[in-house]
Amino acid sequence: MARKDKKEEKLKMKMVRIYIMGKEYKVPEGLTIMKAMEYAGYRYIRGAGCRAGFCGACATVYRKEGEYKLNADLACQTTVEDGMYLVQLPFTPANKATYDVNKIKADDKTLVNFYPEIARCVSCNTCTKACPQELEVMDYIQSALRGDMKKTAELSFDCIQCGLCAMRCPAEIAHYHVAQLARRLYGKYLMPKAEHLEKRVNEIKRKRFDEEIGKMMKRNIEELRKMYNARDIEPEEEEEPKREGD
Amino acid sequence: MHPASIQGEKMEVAYYPGCTLKTNAKDFEETAIKVFELIGIEFKELDKWYCCGTVYSLATDNLMYRLAGIRNLIRAKEEGYEKLLTLCSICYNTLKQANLMAKSDKEAMEKINAFMDEEPDYDGSVDVIHPLQLIDKKFYEIKERVKKPLNKKYAAYYGCLLLRPKEVAIDEYENPSIMERLIEAMGGEAINFPLKNECCGSYNVAVNREAVIERTYRIVLNAKKNGADGIITSCPLCHFNLQEMQKEVKKIHSDFSGLPVYYFTEIMAEAFGVKNEGR
Ligand code: SF4
Ligand code: SF4
Ligand code: FES
Repeated sequence: MARKDKKEEKLKMKMVRIYIMGKEYKVPEGLTIMKAMEYAGYRYIRGAGCRAGFCGACATVYRKEGEYKLNADLACQTTVEDGMYLVQLPFTPANKATYDVNKIKADDKTLVNFYPEIARCVSCNTCTKACPQELEVMDYIQSALRGDMKKTAELSFDCIQCGLCAMRCPAEIAHYHVAQLARRLYGKYLMPKAEHLEKRVNEIKRKRFDEEIGKMMKRNIEELRKMYNARDIEPEEEEEPKREGD
Repeated sequence: MHPASIQGEKMEVAYYPGCTLKTNAKDFEETAIKVFELIGIEFKELDKWYCCGTVYSLATDNLMYRLAGIRNLIRAKEEGYEKLLTLCSICYNTLKQANLMAKSDKEAMEKINAFMDEEPDYDGSVDVIHPLQLIDKKFYEIKERVKKPLNKKYAAYYGCLLLRPKEVAIDEYENPSIMERLIEAMGGEAINFPLKNECCGSYNVAVNREAVIERTYRIVLNAKKNGADGIITSCPLCHFNLQEMQKEVKKIHSDFSGLPVYYFTEIMAEAFGVKNEGR
């Protein structure tokens, strides 16, 4: 492309106004909040991790001009809009209970005993509205309160611990810590055991694969590469694979 | 063959369990579901429900504490129900009062509806009921289901939450008699019990135990003096106070001998001969 064209294209690029902590910046349309902030000259030291919507490090709150809604989202996943007022919340102070998961029981009261503040929930639903993962946060806190470990674990499964729910909750609950304890207890004590996994672990313990691995360790990189390329690949399943017990 | 009336009218009713029936008062829920099914009433648990906020929430004017009640009623309506049944006296009172507010306090509802902008506006159209209110309707079914007549004397304890404020009362608020009719229908004797609507002290058990111990003493003694073999209730907190505080009463009054406390559904299960079934 000729130089002139490129310049023209740049000129045509639509810019939007955003306000970072109150200061106005003009940034190209279509950028994520994260990229827009970098474009404006900010450098991320904290508050960014995967840049792909998985780690929960990039919590952001914003309001749009003329709207009363305070929105919460992930900076790496949300596109800037004209007239957006935003700030980053790289960290949410929230106390995590200390426990040894091997020593505690999974009963009706475990969650409320470790996190008594869940009884303060007034069902305002603010947490659900804040969640960038679109989880039913209020519902998982409510099921935690009534000791329903399974439901709490299932409803919170996609939580990325961004902390936005906890930042907004009038009852000062640290939702994601409660949910994490529920998932740990559910996984350890209540979920049906995966038999195939146990079988394989036992095979490993009985050194069934040691010889094979030992041989591999002695090969050079070229041989390994060849082996890798010639490995058996399981055919990809067309539909959702059926799990046992479904 | 079942008598015709049992085969007759079956009904389904939306059921709000409340947190306590899923934790401390599982016996209450289990027996209730079982005995009401036997008299043709099936409880359909709401898909989604939230802690009612308990009467504690009624002790303040802060509307934030009324959200839970209204949200539960919205869920019931959304799932297509016009009536919502709940067993726990506390949940009953809280939800019933929430609906009362929805019908009568326009200003409060405007605020609540505006705050819950993700929900449809609520109009107060879901009727909150207590299963004791179905007893008269199912009187003959109950009689016909009795396998082991009770042959004991019971004190029917209502406490306050089924009766106060009077707008939410399930019966005559000064002199209720539904539970007495239930006892008699199952071959028991309902004793005269002047303290049947005396408050047990409720959640004061957490902050002023002495008051609750004293009340337990008065209430249980009154039942005992009038010849009761046991007390029945529909409130997990009354049940807890009246049962557990008896131990404390004994420490103060050494001649006090106490009485067992049951949920009304437990004596129904007993009379129907299904007490320990499937547990
Ligand atoms: S539940 Fe809370 S911490 Fe988890 S993803 Fe949603 S807002 Fe973030
Ligand atoms: S924000 Fe807090 S009080 Fe409101 S529903 Fe969620 S957990 Fe409950
Ligand atoms: S940086 Fe990981 S979710 Fe945004």
